[in-house]
Amino acid sequence: MRSPLTPEMATQEVQLNETLAHLKTESETLKTKLEEERAKLHDVELHQVAEKVEGLGQFVMKTRRTLKGHGNKVLCMDWCKDKRRIVSSSQDGKVIVWDAFTTNKEHAVTMPCTWVMACAYAPSGCAVACGGLDNKCSVYPLSLDKNENLAAKKKSVAMHTNYLSACSFTNSDMQILTSSGDGTCALWDVESGQLLQSFHGHAADVLCLDLAPSETGNTFVSGGCDKKANVWDMRSGQCIQSFETHESDINSVRYYPSGDAFASGSDDATCRLYDLRADREVAIYSKESIIFGVSSVDFSLSGRLLFGGYNDYTINVWDVLKGTRVSILFGHENRVSTLRVSPDGTAFCTGSWDHTLRIWA
Amino acid sequence: MARDMSDKEILKMELEQLKKEVSTPRTPVGANCAETIAFVEGLLPNDPLIKGVPDDKNPYKGDKGGCIIT
Repeated sequence: MRSPLTPEMATQEVQLNETLAHLKTESETLKTKLEEERAKLHDVELHQVAEKVEGLGQFVMKTRRTLKGHGNKVLCMDWCKDKRRIVSSSQDGKVIVWDAFTTNKEHAVTMPCTWVMACAYAPSGCAVACGGLDNKCSVYPLSLDKNENLAAKKKSVAMHTNYLSACSFTNSDMQILTSSGDGTCALWDVESGQLLQSFHGHAADVLCLDLAPSETGNTFVSGGCDKKANVWDMRSGQCIQSFETHESDINSVRYYPSGDAFASGSDDATCRLYDLRADREVAIYSKESIIFGVSSVDFSLSGRLLFGGYNDYTINVWDVLKGTRVSILFGHENRVSTLRVSPDGTAFCTGSWDHTLRIWA
Repeated sequence: MARDMSDKEILKMELEQLKKEVSTPRTPVGANCAETIAFVEGLLPNDPLIKGVPDDKNPYKGDKGGCIIT
């Protein structure tokens, strides 16, 4: 019910609506112009250029290890640079460090909140970062002394105004990049907890982020509930490029090994490849039979394969160049929520709502 | 923070961003795809998940670690 308007209020309201409508039209015009500019360079499709590339043979990838120990849904995992240790976090509030070769648990921390949606291993292998519904990202140094209480050494680094969806150390243990349900990403100094840079541009929750491979410079990509994937300059805080072709939330983004492209996985059941130099989407990985959302994506070492973890409990393996599916992997008994290829590319690990993690090779 | 912004502020933010993006330098898809393919072909022989790793070198195939008791 609207209260009666005075003449002044009526004029103001008309002006406000004009401004909103004006902004919307300008926005639409620019979007069309942007599409036209991008289309001018769309001379050929990736799979067409890749027609002459030799096809891939049959794949035999199986579960080689099953990591059991979480009491509830596994939400996130990350590999250590030593290529054998893994950190995982769960809805039950626990963060566990595993030796993937032996399946032994090396450390376990209980967070004060449930739904630890993000975890990351520090480049040195000496610490892990995690967070979730507590709106924070905390760093725990890993001690060689198994009896030491890790929780006592916890350091709170990041503070958001909504849940933490993803976190990642930069090239060193000293800085952490975070993304949050509050619609922003932020770069923090671990030692002081100071906010070094914040990144505004998403119109809704940011769900994922990935740092560019260190050789290619200081950028990262983020994906959100606004269906957009944004590429950011870490030093200036500016959004350099933005892509909006998905039809639903983007749950996962991952840079291509060369740093010139990135892949995304979305609730619209597709994975897409975006080339940064051409500034457009160059491939869609989808099938009519795949109707469940993609929670997590990662590339094999050469960039030829794209692995996607799906909400229908499967992992689909795609030929990045030809755009075809080369394999479908079964094993998990609930949604696959997280997927990462090991640093040397010999295996990949998946985490699932079925409480387990699996190593595939 | 996006959640605290009004519709108008969000639209303004998007508009500013779009203005910047229209003038981004771009190169043709064909050239970039060819480069991507060359990149992949270069690394393909060393991709363990595609070419496979001999069982004795692969830590995941064969027995899990363990102790040998003599």
